[in-house]
Order: sequence, then C-alpha cells, then structure tokens
Amino acid sequence: MIKTDIIIIGAGPVGLFAVFEAGLMKLRCHLIDAIPQPGGQLTEIYPKKPIYDIPGYPTVLAGELVDNLMEQAAPFKPGFTLGERADSIEKQADGTFVVTTNKGTQHHAPVVMIAGGLGSFEPRKPLIENLADYEDKGVQYIVKDPDQFEGKDMVISGGGDSALDWAIYFAQRGSFVHLVHRSDRYRAHKDSIAQAHELAAAGKMKLHTFAEVKELSGNGKLESLSIHQNEETINVATELWFPLFGLSPKLGPIGDWGLEIDKNAIVVDTFDYQTNRPGIFAIGDVNTYPGKLKLILCGFHEATLAVQTAYKIIYPDKKFTLKYTTVQGIQGFEEEQTKSTIKS
Amino acid sequence: MSADINITVIDREGEAHIISVPTDMNLNLMEVCKGFELPVEGVCGGMAMCASCQVYVLTDEHFGERNDDEQAMLDEAFFVQENSRLGCQIPITEKLDGLKVVLAPAEQ
Repeated sequence: MIKTDIIIIGAGPVGLFAVFEAGLMKLRCHLIDAIPQPGGQLTEIYPKKPIYDIPGYPTVLAGELVDNLMEQAAPFKPGFTLGERADSIEKQADGTFVVTTNKGTQHHAPVVMIAGGLGSFEPRKPLIENLADYEDKGVQYIVKDPDQFEGKDMVISGGGDSALDWAIYFAQRGSFVHLVHRSDRYRAHKDSIAQAHELAAAGKMKLHTFAEVKELSGNGKLESLSIHQNEETINVATELWFPLFGLSPKLGPIGDWGLEIDKNAIVVDTFDYQTNRPGIFAIGDVNTYPGKLKLILCGFHEATLAVQTAYKIIYPDKKFTLKYTTVQGIQGFEEEQTKSTIKS
Repeated sequence: MSADINITVIDREGEAHIISVPTDMNLNLMEVCKGFELPVEGVCGGMAMCASCQVYVLTDEHFGERNDDEQAMLDEAFFVQENSRLGCQIPITEKLDGLKVVLAPAEQ
C-alpha cells in the first residue's frame, strides 16, 4: 500500500503544479496516471504545440512546460503510479481514502485530488462487429512486452507515429508486417515513413494504402482477417492485429465515485474546489462551476486553493500562514517517500 | 459590424437546430456548436487532433477544402464520409450563410 498525504489522479500540468503547492505546505503527493508518462494532454496530444497564455511565458511548447513543471515539483519528491488507471475509491472508517488502480495498486491518503483533465486516455477502437470476441485473443490495442511478438507475422492498422514505429520495430526483428492505412499519407515522422518504404521494398513489410481491416475471424482466437482496399478484399491469415488509432479520453470509472457530475465534469465549490464528497477535490479541466474556463492557468489557481483546505483536513489542529517563496525559498523533502511507496 | 448568418445543425437524434451566428468573433463551427450546447466535445480544443467535432456538410457549395492537418486526422477517424469536415477547421464567415451540417456519430 502506497501511503501519502495527497493522492493526485492525473499527472497533467495541474496535477504536477499541485505537487509544488502542496510541497510548500510540507504535504507529500503521489500521482496516478493511465498514460505511462507525465504531462497529460500536453505530452499525449500536442507536445510540440506552443502555448501563449501561461503568465510570464510569451510562448512555451507544451512539452517544455511539462518538463519545467516536473523540475519545479522535483524538490518535493512526488511518487508516481504511471500506466495504471485509478478505478475505485473506498472511504475508510477514519475518513481517509484508499484508491485502487486497474492493476490492483493501492494508495492510501487522507485527501484525494482529481486532476484528471478530460479523463483517462483509452485506445480508440475500430468499428467491427465482433471485435470484442478477439480482444486479447489476437487483437491488441497497445503493444505491451514487445518481446513476445517478435518474429511473428502481424497486421498493424493506423497511419500515425505509433503504427509506423511499431511496424518498423517488428519488421526489423523478423516479423512480416502488413501495415494497413486508410490513406496514403502518414501522420508520422518523415524518417519513419522513409524507413517503412525501405522495409516494404526489402520485402519485410507490405503497405496497404486506402485500405481498412473489416472482418475478423477465428475459432476462439484471431486466425484471419480481411482487408478491404478499393473494391477488393484481401484475406490475410494472422494471429495478431494491432489497431493503433491513437487514444481518446474518457471520464471512465471516476464517473461512478458518487461525485456530482454535470456534462461530463465534476461539480465543485469554488471556495476550495472540493467536490460533494469531503476530502475529494477536483481541479483543472475535469471540474465545473459557474464561470468555469478550461485553461491551464485557471487549473493552477484551483490547485493552489485546494491544497489550503487539504492542509486543514490533514492537520486540523495546525495553523498555516502563507509564506512567500521569494522570502522563504524552497525547502524540499530530504528523503524519498519510503521505498515501497515509489512505483513507476 | 457584420451581419449574423444562419446555420442549420442537425443533431444525432435528427433534430435540426437553426442558429444565428456572428461572423465577426473569429469563431469556428466547433466553438459555435459548443456555445449552443449541442453535443460536440471538441476534446483537443480545435487543433484538428481528435475528430470529436466531425460533421457531414449537406450543402455542396459550403463543403470547402480540407486542410492538411484536418485531412490527416480524417484519414484516421471513424465514420468518415466524402462530405466529412472537422468543425474546428471551418471558420465562420459570411460565405457560410445557409450552411447545413449533420453531427457525425460520437466515437465509442
């Protein structure tokens, strides 16, 4: 069980800044995020896009902002549970919370802050009737433990970086790869596109353009699929299909946590961004209130106010007066949270 | 002061909403739909990166040209038809008066 002061769900910009603000009040944080790297939408959707409305930065790339926030949070040694989705929350007899992920990792703290942005990012699934029958039986939305697939022939769908990178990866390791894309334009790095064409010329990959996987068949597991291209249908015998169409956000299990929800967002009180469940806060794009604006800078403000009430929940008998970092500097934590609490 | 224009948006239940939209506020069709509380998510905020604002344009003269980012996204999106556009890539101008669109189905 990971123990901390504040469990932050979502390691996007607002979650990361909450670590800093909590750290100034000597509160420790642990972040949980479904995607394997911190940064949320900024790293997942638009790392190379400029942002112009962060005070003090005329322009900053989304990826740089995340790097800076990580650096700013670093003295307070946050813990991370990445690549796992926060699935359930249970209130304990003493009023504290246990948050459990889809992989069973448990986190225990007196305060929970949901900084979940648009929700957790889930793979976008193609529209094929019997798709669910073959999930994890040949159909994989995410390439996990690539070693197990090396050398196996496979079909990969998609035209983005992830589809191309994995197609190249496996084609270079003895697999024959069918790369299926709806167009002949790839939304990927130029070098990857060139490399894919080289591998195709070398007979290690076949590029199916203007094509789509339409039917799956097999007995209990995937055995073959059909690729539709123009008017033609090509049947390919394969036990592996990776539809890699990117990720899309879903509010997901948090929607069932007994929180008041309005239009896919969690309703909060603007005094401290607490939800209808005391001890559970919602900050950033995931919350809503009269006048809400989904802006990173508003999320920073929300995080700052939320940790003030969090402090009072954690230390009901202590008084805390605002101190300025310019006067006080930053006093980070000397020690990591106990080893067993760090998981990445 | 430029005049408002009328746009018809047909929602996923088939109901037509005729809305009057200003042309001098630098809006795009995704923002307009959100502003009128139509069920358009606009997840990526207008960067042509999510296709949650996909619409089918019913009026031929307003279909317009897809830009490169939009085309790349539509190459990977679902439910794409010949007349698909991303609402966020359609700036509201006076030329769009009379535009009629249908919201594409929401992805699962």
